[in-house]
Amino acid sequence: MTQADAMKGSAAQAEPMIAMNHVEKWYGDYKALTDINLSVRKGERIVLCGPSGSGKSTLIRCINHLESYQKGEIRVSGTKVDDNARTIDAVRREVGMVFQHFNLFPHMTVLDNCMLAPMRSLGAGKAEAEATARQLLGRVKILEQADKYPSQLSGGQQQRVAIARALCMKPKVMLFDEPTSALDPEMVKEVLDTMIGLAEEGMTMICVTHEMGFARQVADRVIFMADGAIVEEATPEAFFSAPSHERTRKFLGEILRQH
Amino acid sequence: MNYKLDFTPVIEGLPDLLAACLGTFALALGGMALAIVIGIGGVILRDSALAPVRWAVKAFVELIRNTPFLVQIFFIYFALPLAGLRLDPTPTAIIALGINGGAYAIEIIRGGVQSIPKGQIEAGLALGLHKGQVFRLIVLKPALRAIFPSLTSQFVLLTLTTSICSAISAYELTSVAQQIETSSFRSFEVYGTITVFYLVISWVMMRFFGEITRRYFSYPVK
Ligand SMILES: Nc1ncnc2c1ncn2[C@@H]1O[C@H](COP(=O)(O)OP(=O)(O)O)[C@@H](O)[C@H]1O
Ligand SMILES: [Mg+2]
Repeated sequence: MTQADAMKGSAAQAEPMIAMNHVEKWYGDYKALTDINLSVRKGERIVLCGPSGSGKSTLIRCINHLESYQKGEIRVSGTKVDDNARTIDAVRREVGMVFQHFNLFPHMTVLDNCMLAPMRSLGAGKAEAEATARQLLGRVKILEQADKYPSQLSGGQQQRVAIARALCMKPKVMLFDEPTSALDPEMVKEVLDTMIGLAEEGMTMICVTHEMGFARQVADRVIFMADGAIVEEATPEAFFSAPSHERTRKFLGEILRQH
Repeated sequence: MNYKLDFTPVIEGLPDLLAACLGTFALALGGMALAIVIGIGGVILRDSALAPVRWAVKAFVELIRNTPFLVQIFFIYFALPLAGLRLDPTPTAIIALGINGGAYAIEIIRGGVQSIPKGQIEAGLALGLHKGQVFRLIVLKPALRAIFPSLTSQFVLLTLTTSICSAISAYELTSVAQQIETSSFRSFEVYGTITVFYLVISWVMMRFFGEITRRYFSYPVK
């Protein structure tokens, strides 16, 4: 390696995977995000929690520009997320997203769900896309369902397919928006286990979830939001044992009572 | 009743009548193909970023749905030559049927598109697909599936509407029947016979759409 390469390498490492600086977002007159500052390093696992309506979904949806923001700046591995179609393309290629309601395409088999975007968006060949899809369906332990349609799978299975589908794009970051909230309790574990596996392999992840066991096990940082702002940010140990804000304590009390 | 049934002119004209059924099918299928194109195109333009385009689509739909087809086809038949475009009755009829069916198809297909959950579109965008790809690959098929029964009724109606194209002497069943009737005065026999023909034609169309449903929209849903 030349010295220049080495410098590039270290510069890439210093560059955060996701950087949000003073981000503000309005829905019309309603301010949904207030002065969001967040930096996520490569390989870091973030759990984002907070009461309903606090802006968690809005925050992660700004990262892949499903929502636009009005102030501040978001960068994904150096690329500034703005309204430019080309940068949106570049960013979405790096960022995978998993939704609460899975959002699998009902008219395609599991395998076709996984092959669609690599072929249409990355221009992968059919054989290549299928090999990748099968490999990743195997990884989420659902390869034997490859030829079924989404409606023929359980919620937990559908969510694992959704994870595999996102991974087929070989993203550098994965965003999860309450991936287990719509699941029957007995299916939560299979999805969390899949996410834990992904975390252990070093995927950079931001997970909106109220699964506090998951947060304890894999999160490097837990972020608590309320009213569109980040209220508290701490390691899981500190977050659960000694939350510093009254709102966090109240929220944790409610969450623990529910579980 | 001392009216004596005489089917001789109908029987003699049978080859012409059967051939005219093909004309009817040609008008219907041509009209439907154009209606589908106008329908899908209209749905896309209906949500265009440009306000005048959206208004134009809305105005088109209102205009067509609130005026009689007979007037529309006369207008197209006599107005197009003034604009320098001289077409035979049959292509004119296909255009008129396509425009008329298209206006209804826009509203029907739009209903289907709106029934698709937003999450489907977001999932497509998040996977790096462009808006057009999302529409074509993700939204369109489930949307068409959702409204296919309504579209089928509309297109059966369009098939029967081909009969009005006899007004400009397009080649189709009613025109040919009129010719036989004019020369034989056997109105009851002639129109009784083509009534049965139209029933069969409608039935064939329904089977045709049933087959499309079976082939293209048969993925399982919960
Ligand atoms: N498309 C939208 N238009 C208007 N307001 C919205 C929209 N999406 C979300 N909001 C509002 O923004 C706030 C934050 O929403 P959201 O990010 O979904 O919260 P969370 O995911 O934490 O439950 C809520 O008050 C919600 O009502
Ligand atoms: Mg949410």
